[in-house]
Amino acid sequence: MSSIQDIQDEIVSEFEILGDDKESTIFYIMELGASLAPFPENERKEENIIKGCQSKVWLIADEQDGKINYKADSNTDITKGLISLLLRVLNNRKPEEIMKAELDFVSRIGMGSIIGSQRSNGFASMIKQIKLYALAFQTKQNV
Amino acid sequence: MSLNIDQIRGLFPVLHQEVHGKPLIYLDNAATTQKPQSVLDALSTYYSQDNSNIHRGAHALADRATRYYEATREAVREFINAKESAEIIFTKGTTESINLVAQTFGRKFIGKDDEIIISTLEHHSNIVPWQMLCEEKGAVLKIIPITESGEIIFEEFQKLLSPKTKLVSIVHASNALGTINPVKKIIDAAHQIGAKVLLDGAQSTSHLEIDVQDLDCDFLAFSAHKLYGPTGLGVLYGKREILEAMPPFLGGGEMIKEVTFEKTTYNDIPFKFEAGTPNIADVIAFKTSLDFIKSLGKKNIKMHEDDLLSYSNELLTSIKGFIPVGTAKEKVCVLSFNIKDMHPFDVGVMLDANGIAVRTGHHCTQPLMKRLGLEGTVRASFAVYNTRNEIEKLAESVAKIARIKNK
Ligand SMILES: Cc1ncc(COP(=O)(O)O)c(C=O)c1O
Repeated sequence: MSSIQDIQDEIVSEFEILGDDKESTIFYIMELGASLAPFPENERKEENIIKGCQSKVWLIADEQDGKINYKADSNTDITKGLISLLLRVLNNRKPEEIMKAELDFVSRIGMGSIIGSQRSNGFASMIKQIKLYALAFQTKQNV
Repeated sequence: MSLNIDQIRGLFPVLHQEVHGKPLIYLDNAATTQKPQSVLDALSTYYSQDNSNIHRGAHALADRATRYYEATREAVREFINAKESAEIIFTKGTTESINLVAQTFGRKFIGKDDEIIISTLEHHSNIVPWQMLCEEKGAVLKIIPITESGEIIFEEFQKLLSPKTKLVSIVHASNALGTINPVKKIIDAAHQIGAKVLLDGAQSTSHLEIDVQDLDCDFLAFSAHKLYGPTGLGVLYGKREILEAMPPFLGGGEMIKEVTFEKTTYNDIPFKFEAGTPNIADVIAFKTSLDFIKSLGKKNIKMHEDDLLSYSNELLTSIKGFIPVGTAKEKVCVLSFNIKDMHPFDVGVMLDANGIAVRTGHHCTQPLMKRLGLEGTVRASFAVYNTRNEIEKLAESVAKIARIKNK
């Protein structure tokens, strides 16, 4: 499996192809959102909603063979696209790898100007929640 | 008279720029309007030539600044046809104006089991101050329901009126939907049972002729920044006898007649409600915005804006997946809508990518959105400097965006 850094580099070069055109960048992000794995209906509940996001974001995680598998969803297509990027980088990895991950693709693809500052905060909340899950699973593995 | 919009656009430097490589189309005027060069110049002239504190200094600059400051008060009086300029109080904005009434009039004249009536259309700033007051006093907040098209149901309002009603506080024009409320009828009905009426004029003052004597409202609150004027400045109009009966809001300088440690006597209106050094520069510059509006004429502005609204309805309604929100018969130039199967945020981001600035979300009217069963809307709101060509660009972009989910 490619390293976190490799996948981030891959994403950055995909966005470079799109160039400066904001509209095609957003179309691309929305397309990515459409390919997000389906989210279980029964998990679409209040306690799985991430606080601090402007749009609704649901996130759950479970563990298999010491690796974490995240599932997430949102009520907006752009957010779904951003989630799919995050999960592409972080899914199916060991907790300590996720906690250590430095997600520089976010700033390298100029996410701030794509989604605006309010949503960037929401994106940061998403990353925080993903790492919190990793911490929780790590703690469980260690006892 | 039809306005020369190109010439008017020339007065607004901010309009002439590109965002994301596209010419800016600014359609977020209900949030705040842009400022003409004359307002920017007035701000800069004040600070470069006249800056000084008002009402106290015995020198030339203070005298000048005081005269300019009071000249704006007179211009505001004329703008809303108040009886006298003492009835014009400068605040930070609509929000502070409403809170001022809640904290002074409300605390003195509204008690346990008394009732305050608002409508489903209200902006949060005309909800929360009353909830706070009700909580403190044990008073009760009553809500006028609306129809699907976003119009208040007048008969239901009449049913809510009772001897317990002390205040009706209602939005003149809805920021989220554009609905113009039948305020004259509302004021008459409220007065018949002895209740006072506050109008939230944040969205109406820039589009409609306002005559507070004819309307006979007891209070009117509005913001300068939605009137081509500076931010951080608003107005509270109140009838003299009511303002005089109200206790002061903030305590401090300016608002006193005489202070001893035993007892303080308060200044006359309007100064009683303007404690501390006010927002002198913005007040002075605000006169220039009012002059700008006056020079165009509200009737001409309204005619142009009505044309933009009907043109946008015409162009957008035929787009597959376009869902208008708020279809009242009487509207100011606000076009709220959704696109089938798309979130308003996504639509907003895509429009931004096309250089088009709109507002998306709940527009500080969460209870209204809940009533309509919506999470939010996309809102395009127009001003005098917008053009038919911009509406065409909006329609083109909306059509392109709608096609993603509505093939
Ligand atoms: C109808 C209405 N009321 C009140 C306000 C609050 O105005 P301000 O934020 O200038 O105090 C607004 C502003 O968006 C508004 O549209």
